[in-house]
Amino acid sequence: MLELYDGALDVPALLTRWYEEEAQSNYGAYIPFVGTVRDENGIEGLSFDIYEPILNSWFDAWQERAAERGAVLKMAHSRGDVLTHESSYIAAVFSPKRRVALEMIEEFVEDFKASAPIWKYDLINGERVYADDRSTAIIGSGLLAGGDA
Amino acid sequence: MVRIEFLGPINREAIEMEAATLADVAKALREDAELAPWLENSAVAVNDTLVSGLETPLKSGDKVSLLPPVCGG
Repeated sequence: MLELYDGALDVPALLTRWYEEEAQSNYGAYIPFVGTVRDENGIEGLSFDIYEPILNSWFDAWQERAAERGAVLKMAHSRGDVLTHESSYIAAVFSPKRRVALEMIEEFVEDFKASAPIWKYDLINGERVYADDRSTAIIGSGLLAGGDA
Repeated sequence: MVRIEFLGPINREAIEMEAATLADVAKALREDAELAPWLENSAVAVNDTLVSGLETPLKSGDKVSLLPPVCGG
């Protein structure tokens, strides 16, 4: 399940609802990752653009990988502005045993950072400034610049 | 006509052009010097699927998307 929200995430509500959704599913492990916007470098917050068609297909492919290991993934992300000390991202894995969930939460979050079509901006004096120094080029980038693929 | 979309921080309006392959799109976009840094670091999707070759064929109505470096979370 992939959920997108305008503005900050309601962390307690999401974590509780996801827990309740799977409470009778016989999973032995529930491992959430909650990302919180830190107060650093004088930013007021972060802002996000999302390209939903490719985000959806990226997430669906991950959900299939999880299913092959008996697990299920849930994820929520913010669109637009999220202020410091608020949450913009929650990912969670449910699995029958802990090892799969512990491994998958790391693999999933790392691939999310490298591949998910989401763009981050610092909010500084009310302006959006693209966070190019923290961004990662998707594998295969530069195709249109070179002479050959 | 093929539609070219510039996502996220590229911050440009979509354009349309005649193109038989992705190589035709590349050739046209390289003529715009302001786009050069984005061509260097952007991935490319055709109809919302990432592609890896300039020989990728295009037909009228196709959508080509440029995806600059990402940072979710």
